Amino acid sequence: MSKKIRVVVAKPGLDGHDRGAKIIARALRDAGMEVIYTGLHQTPEQIVETVIQEDADAVGLSILSGAHMTLVPRIVELLKAQDIDDVLVTVGGTIPADDIPELKELGVAEVFTPGAPTQDIVEFMRANASTRRN
Amino acid sequence: MAAHTKTPAPQPTLEGWQEAYDATPERDVSFTTLSGEPIRPLYTEADLPPADAIGLPGQYPFTRGVYPSMYRGRLFTMRQFAGFGTAEETNERFRYLLDHGQTGLSTAFDMPSLMGHDSDHPLSLGEVGREGVAVDTVDDMQTLFQGIDLGDVTVSMTINAPAAIMLAYYVVAAERAGVPADKLGGTIQADILKEYIAQKEWCFPIDPAMRLLGDMVEWSTEQMPRWNSVSISGYHIREAGATAAQELAFTLKDGLTYVEQAVERGLDVDDFAPRLSFFFNAQIDFFEEIAKYRAARRIWARELKETFGAKNPKSWLMRFHTQTAGVSLTAQQPLNNIVRTAIEALAGVLGGTQSLHTNSYDEALALPTEEAVRIALRTQQIIAHETGVTNTIDPLGGSYFVEALTDKMEAQAYEYFAKIDELGGMVQAVKQNYPQREIADASYELQGEIDHERRIIVGVNRYTEGDDAQTPILRIDPALERKQVASLQGVRARRDAAAVEATLTELKRVAAGGGNLMPPLIDAARAFTSEGEIVHALQEVWGDYRETPVF
Repeated sequence: MSKKIRVVVAKPGLDGHDRGAKIIARALRDAGMEVIYTGLHQTPEQIVETVIQEDADAVGLSILSGAHMTLVPRIVELLKAQDIDDVLVTVGGTIPADDIPELKELGVAEVFTPGAPTQDIVEFMRANASTRRN
Repeated sequence: MAAHTKTPAPQPTLEGWQEAYDATPERDVSFTTLSGEPIRPLYTEADLPPADAIGLPGQYPFTRGVYPSMYRGRLFTMRQFAGFGTAEETNERFRYLLDHGQTGLSTAFDMPSLMGHDSDHPLSLGEVGREGVAVDTVDDMQTLFQGIDLGDVTVSMTINAPAAIMLAYYVVAAERAGVPADKLGGTIQADILKEYIAQKEWCFPIDPAMRLLGDMVEWSTEQMPRWNSVSISGYHIREAGATAAQELAFTLKDGLTYVEQAVERGLDVDDFAPRLSFFFNAQIDFFEEIAKYRAARRIWARELKETFGAKNPKSWLMRFHTQTAGVSLTAQQPLNNIVRTAIEALAGVLGGTQSLHTNSYDEALALPTEEAVRIALRTQQIIAHETGVTNTIDPLGGSYFVEALTDKMEAQAYEYFAKIDELGGMVQAVKQNYPQREIADASYELQGEIDHERRIIVGVNRYTEGDDAQTPILRIDPALERKQVASLQGVRARRDAAAVEATLTELKRVAAGGGNLMPPLIDAARAFTSEGEIVHALQEVWGDYRETPVF
């Protein structure tokens, strides 16, 4: 039997918009993954700490505050500093199209914007998180 | 030969209609509201409540509106919520809106301000001025309203956990401009229960947060007769994924809890209830929303009159602000959002709102551009001046369908009230995550319907072609964050540090003991004590808050 995918769903930043994060967390859980939801208002340091402690295969960052170009690079940098290169990083939220190439350049595997079907996110996780480590 | 006799036309009967209806195939969709309530094909006279449940506008139980003349006397206030960057940028946007015919101001604060962090706090990095205006000290508050007569315009401030601090800043800023507190008109949101339920911007644990709110309500009841001390808000509850009935029930229950607390503190219900106001969402399911507002007025009037024994008819009035649903806006084909917003705004107006905010079409992408804001405001002006809907009061009153929905919504709210009472009241229910869980379930269910295309969202899961145009979006200059941090540090360098320390010591003393926190907060504002310093001082006494999230 294959190991269950472990996903950290994280809410960096100060905004309280957690509808999306909770829907995604539940959808991933319903799809058979192990989901750890960090709760709100997490610092990049706290998120990376959770990823390490939970031995996660993927981390989904939900950001609707407009601070993604500050927070995502910081989280990616902290992961790199810990020599973590096998954790799939995805971002969801109100991310303007112009910012997406730069986020991908940083190492973000995919950016899901408002209206993305939950199933697409589940499938993306399944296809990409599980194949990374064995 | 007998004279030509006309066969009498068959009397129309419900049975006859039903037969004819059943002979016609229905479309293969689920006929439910956005909240999942099943809707019958037809409503008739039999669905009407007794005439006194509908009543007349300006009369108990106010189903048809809180004022006898409604929009024939005075149109709804067009109040667009705005705020970004530093106080200077937002002040410019305020003046722009006033110049374009807006009649009231509404302030959006940035996330650090909402959470009680100063702009130079490590957690504020990247968030300063992003989703609202940054206010760190009374200086920023003064800049925010520079050149605007605060004795004339009404100002709404959307801030909750640190509401008492912002009110202190506002009072002191006005005082410096020569306007005394008793001349200030407006509203501060200060609805702390819905923060724990839905909006999730908190500073303190629930019990001390309720006390701080109580102090502010008591103080403003005595000192600010034109001020609405709490704007009890369903907006964020709905945005978090609640159904219409949940929005209605949780919001009213929050409001009733505040009334209960104020009465327990010894205030006369008729001294403060007339100053409570409400804030609801306007979602896209047109009639469901209208029914929600009508039910809300009736429930509030009954509870205040019957349960709390309020004698002043003004205490029975549920006056409310409406904002169209941010969550209904799509990032795809954003111009379609203009249409959604217009329909939602019309529901608010037909529901008898006192003031209205219409969202801008680009808000699923970023904060709105000036052009998008202008179209949103124009939408309200078109409803007010072109459509004719303001010519008569409650034009949908007596509609079989709307009255039936109103009754149903009311019954559902009372079912929720009973469940919450079983849990020990709203504060206990929130501590037990009850409303949070109900909302999470409803939101997950709706998303499932959209994902499986049982619910169609135009441009998202159907009719998706034609989304290639680039929408210009507002970019917040990152330099504004540095500018705000520099300005805060300038205030810190200029002020009397010993005086600041003294105000913080006094605050902690009152927080730990009894007494009203508003006077020491006003002293702290006068001494240029920053928001973050005040919040941290209070957290030393009260602690902070961590939620156990449910999903």
